[in-house]
Parts: sequence; structure tokens; C-alpha cells
Amino acid sequence: MPSLIDLMLEGRKVQQHGPWPRAIVDASVWTFAASELAHGRWSLLGLWGEPSMVHMSIMDEHTAEIATISLDCPDHSYPSVSKYHPPALRLERTVRDLFGLSAEGLPDTRPWLDHNRWGVRFPLGNRTIALPKASPYAFLPVEGDSLHQIAVGPVHAGIIEPGHFRFTASGETVVRLEQRLGYTHKGIEGLMTGANLERAAQLAGRVSGDSTVAYAFAFSRAAEAALELVVPDRAVWLRALVAELERLANHLGDIGAICNDASFALMHALCSVLRESVLRASHTAFGHRLMRDIVVPGGVTRDLDDEGKKAIQATLDNIRRRFPALVELYDNTASLQDRTVDTGVLKPALAKQYAAGGYVGRASGRSFDARRTLAYPPYDSLRFDVPVLNDGDVNARVWIRVREVEQSLLLIDQILDRLPEGPLGTHAGHRRETREGMAIVEGFRGDVLVWLRLRDGRVERCHMRDPSWFQWPLLEAAIEGNIVADFPLCNKSFNCSYSGQDI
Amino acid sequence: MRKLLFESLFRLPFTEQAPSLNDTAVTELAAAVGHAARRRLGRSLSIREVDAGSCNGCELEIHALNNAYYDVERFGLRFVASPRHADVIMVTGPVTKNMREALERTYDAVPNPKWVVAVGDCARDGGCFAGSYAVVGGVSQVVPVDLHIPGCPPSPVTILQGLLALLDRTAKSAAST
Ligand code: SF4
Repeated sequence: MPSLIDLMLEGRKVQQHGPWPRAIVDASVWTFAASELAHGRWSLLGLWGEPSMVHMSIMDEHTAEIATISLDCPDHSYPSVSKYHPPALRLERTVRDLFGLSAEGLPDTRPWLDHNRWGVRFPLGNRTIALPKASPYAFLPVEGDSLHQIAVGPVHAGIIEPGHFRFTASGETVVRLEQRLGYTHKGIEGLMTGANLERAAQLAGRVSGDSTVAYAFAFSRAAEAALELVVPDRAVWLRALVAELERLANHLGDIGAICNDASFALMHALCSVLRESVLRASHTAFGHRLMRDIVVPGGVTRDLDDEGKKAIQATLDNIRRRFPALVELYDNTASLQDRTVDTGVLKPALAKQYAAGGYVGRASGRSFDARRTLAYPPYDSLRFDVPVLNDGDVNARVWIRVREVEQSLLLIDQILDRLPEGPLGTHAGHRRETREGMAIVEGFRGDVLVWLRLRDGRVERCHMRDPSWFQWPLLEAAIEGNIVADFPLCNKSFNCSYSGQDI
Repeated sequence: MRKLLFESLFRLPFTEQAPSLNDTAVTELAAAVGHAARRRLGRSLSIREVDAGSCNGCELEIHALNNAYYDVERFGLRFVASPRHADVIMVTGPVTKNMREALERTYDAVPNPKWVVAVGDCARDGGCFAGSYAVVGGVSQVVPVDLHIPGCPPSPVTILQGLLALLDRTAKSAAST
């Protein structure tokens, strides 16, 4: 079995790319990599474009090696990866929408993010004028006796992000769900191009509101990898602190919200109170409830003082006091379990094929957690477990969150205990030459990938891949055979990001 | 379950005192709402929230309004599922081009009289996404805005101050007709 190193040796290695290698390969190596992905030997981490090049990032899960291969496409086409490996499908449709590069043999050529409303086509490639008229989006055909369709969104009934769901149901049973996303596409990668580091970090922190820390963290690490910056210890530890606070707040919110979608409002009310207490402590400690713009390339912008530390400790105490009773309540309420157990089952094989990150993957037997597998600092010197279950149902996704809340509490304890003294940041300095960097950071929802190229202090190209890219399609699979009324429950247990995938 | 329910009989509520009205929000509002709020609504407002392309940060804080600390329903503010039930639509995000039509259609579905509250810096002028090929810009480029609540995202208290101001105005103008 070839290793990722062999793949790199086949190509021309790109200099100044860190920390993992990137090589420019030819079409045969590209296709070979696609077939290895299809055979499940490697996992796809991302696939993105440039005006006349495509990149694909791959991981070997056994060795935790990562490599990126790139293929020149002077004639604006390249061999499709999704032809062999379906997880690449939406990414290839997006590369087409944004750059006008087409994947030969692409099994689904419909646009993805482009709804023909931008006034231009291929906005990040060779721009052309938009098509004269938006043709209706052709949903996949579903045939059979007594089937009916239910169309939902983009504006949903609750306070949530916009997206469209097309259900085909037989009676109450969902036969197929097809998602249509892209409504919140803001063209962030376009705005990134030419931005200085400060603005780019700000944009990165606004890709997905609930993961503002994770994105700023990933972006900063990618920029630091490119510039070979060494971040001072205190900043490294504070970053993990804000990352864990973000994870804690989101998991607490999610646990309550999932129960709420199973009509168990008491749990929602009590979890929301705990979530709010985390946000308030974050505000006291870092001056912003969601801790926006705290992590920046080179370090962090806020220090933790005694008052902040006390606020966080008080919140942890409060959660420790109240959370176990809620877990018990969840565990002992038969009517709630009746809704969550065996509902929305995601099979481990699919989670593996899609390299699903976060609780979606870990509830279906995939133990990947970037904090552990890639062991970036300070997690390399912190003690924690990565909980994994195999059931893959809504219940398992709840339990993974519960266990992760417990782990985050332990992590924050350790961070507060051992927080080193010292400066908060280092200056990025000015580098004229081209440098590239990549980073993968574990957000609450899964692994966030950022790849960027800097030149002369500005971003020449930055790609950010949300974990949701590989989770959304799995929701389509997990809902099959469930009843329509359980969709909100399944959906919430995945809690995929719209803004993060629409980018 | 029983234990928790029992405990909650004795525990003090989490709910906090209502915050004071925010002056700038009140002034901004006074002009905009003055001409529209002619009819009696009663002391309640139903709100339909529309994410027109936000990063979801604003939604998180709007959600927080429903938690036990803020408990907006006590002010007669309710988030409703259908625009047809709404008096107010609360819009977030730098309206994306892909969401423009959905926002217009939601606005049209709200019966008169209606108010539009734009929440967050993006909703004012596109925020840091302004200038993108995929973004229209502020909410007022698509539907008329009566009140803007700034912040990225505004905290629940800030949103609440804005909403109370709106409520106060509608109640007063209702009383004077
Ligand atoms: S104002 Fe801030 S929080 Fe709200 S949508 Fe815009 S970027 Fe997100």
C-alpha cells in the first residue's frame, strides 16, 4: 500500500508550505489518489480551487499524515474525484461555481452555491456575465407509488439559518431528503483575496458565528505555519481556553435544543441557563460573549485577569453542580429516549467514507479528533479522552456531547491551573515572498481546515472548509426511513452549519 | 424528573429585571415608527425572525432572548413561525443575493401594519461582507427598516432594549389613536 509520502515523491514539492507537504502532481497521480480515497485507504480533508489549479488535501488516518496535492488545469478541467469518491461531490460543484473549473466525469453537474443571482459566473476565476435567466433547480427525480413531496425553506419556522429541504415521503416515512444550500453564500473567500492579515482574521472569525473561535484559531495557525511564527506559551494556552469555552457553550445549547425538538422543553430551559452562564463568563473574561476577534495571527488580543478567571471558575462550579442532574434526567426519561434511540441512524461505514468529523463521526465509530490525532499545542500536553460510540443514532450524538462537556470542564481546569505567564503575542512581521500554510483545528462541530497563501503581507488565496461539508450529505442518508416529524430532531442532532458550508 | 420539578418550586427564578430603554434606539425609532404605528396592537408583538445570510452569530443571541434569564415572553414579545402571524420581522445578515427574494417574499407575507428590525452590523450595511459579489448589503436595500440594533452580534440586552423601545412606541401610539 503506497503511503502519502510516495504520493508526494511522485510530484513536484512546493517550497514554503507548512506544516504538511504540498506537491504539484499530474493527472494520473491525481486519479490514483481519488481511487485510493474510494477504497477507503485515505480520507478526503478538502478539495478547493484557484483560477487554474485544483487542490486536494488527504489524510492517512492510521499514521495521521496529511498531504495536499495540486493539479494544474490550463484548459479549466480536471479528472473528477467524486466520480470515484462521492464525498467530493459538493466540493467539485463548488469549484465549478466559483472558478469555472469543471471536473471531467462529475456525476452531478448542477450548480451548488451559485443560484444564478450574483450577476456574474465564476466570480473567483475568469468571470463571465451571468446566464440570462435563473432556470429552476432540478431536484433529483423520485419515482414510486403514492409518494408526495414536502418542500421546506429556505425560511424555516424557527430562528435558524436558511436552507431548502425537499422531502419525498411515502405516508409519514421519508423516502428521500434532498438538500439545497448556498443561501447564505457571502463570497468570503473572494473578500479574503487581497486582504491584510488583520482583516482576513476578522473575516475568518465570521464564517460561522458559533465557531468564531475555532475559525480564528485555524486561520491564525495557518498563517503562523506559513510565516513560521512561534506563538508565546500564554497565548497558546489562552487559545485553548477560549476554544473549550466555545465548545462548552455550544454543546450545552445543543443538548437542550435536541431535547426541545423531542418536545422536552424542561431540558432546553435548564441547558439554556447553563449555556448563558458560559457566555456571561466569557464576556467577563474576554469582553465578548462569543469571544470574537480574540484569537489573531501571532497570539491573542485579550489577557485573562483574576476577575475573568474567577468568573470562569464559578461557571464551571455551577455546571458541575447542575449538569449531572440533567444528564440523569435525560437518561431516565423514557418518553425522551423513545424519540432519540434508534432515530436518524448514521452507519459507521458512511461516517468513515465521508471522514465525518466531530460528534457526527464520533457517535458513529470514527474516533478522529484533531486535538488528539494532530495534537497541536497545548493539547499535546493536556489530558483528555475522546469519547466514541457506535450506535450512530440521535441518542449517541447526545451522549457524545454530554461526554465532551465533561471533557471540556476537565480541560479548562487544567488550563486554568497551568496557565503560563508571559506575553500575549508576537508580531507577524513583513514577508515579501510567497508562503503557504495550513491548519486543522477541532471546532465544536468537527475539524475546521484553513489553507492559505500569503504574499507581501496579504492573502493571495485562502480556503476554509467547514466540517459541515462532510456532515450535511450524511444527514440525507440518516433521515431515510424515519418519519417526517423526526426530521427536526435528526437535523438538530447533526446541527450542521449553513453559513460555514455556504461560505 | 420529580426531584428537579420539586426543586424548581423553591428556587428563585433566573429571570432578571428588565433593562432600561436605550436612548439611541429610542430616538432612532421615534422617527421611523411614528408614522407607521397608528393602529392599536395591544401590548404584544409577534416577531418573525429571518436570517438573510448572517453568520448565525446574531441568531444565537436572538435565541438567548428566550432563555430563562431574559425570558422575552414576559414583555409580550413572541417569536412566531409564520410571517402571517407577525407584526415585526427581525432580519439579520448582509442580505445575500441568494436570500434576497426569500426576504422580500417573507416581508410581503407579513400583514400591515408591520415593522422591520435589522439586527447586527451586517444588517446595517453589509458589515465586513460589504462589497462582495454575493451580497446585496444592508437590509434597508431590500425592505424598509424601522429600527437597527447594532453589534456583532448585539448582546441579548441590547436586542431587548431595542425591542422594548419598539414596543413602547407602538403601545403609546396605539393609546393616542
Ligand atoms: S453582525 Fe456579526 S454576528 Fe451578526 S451576522 Fe454579521 S458577522 Fe455575524
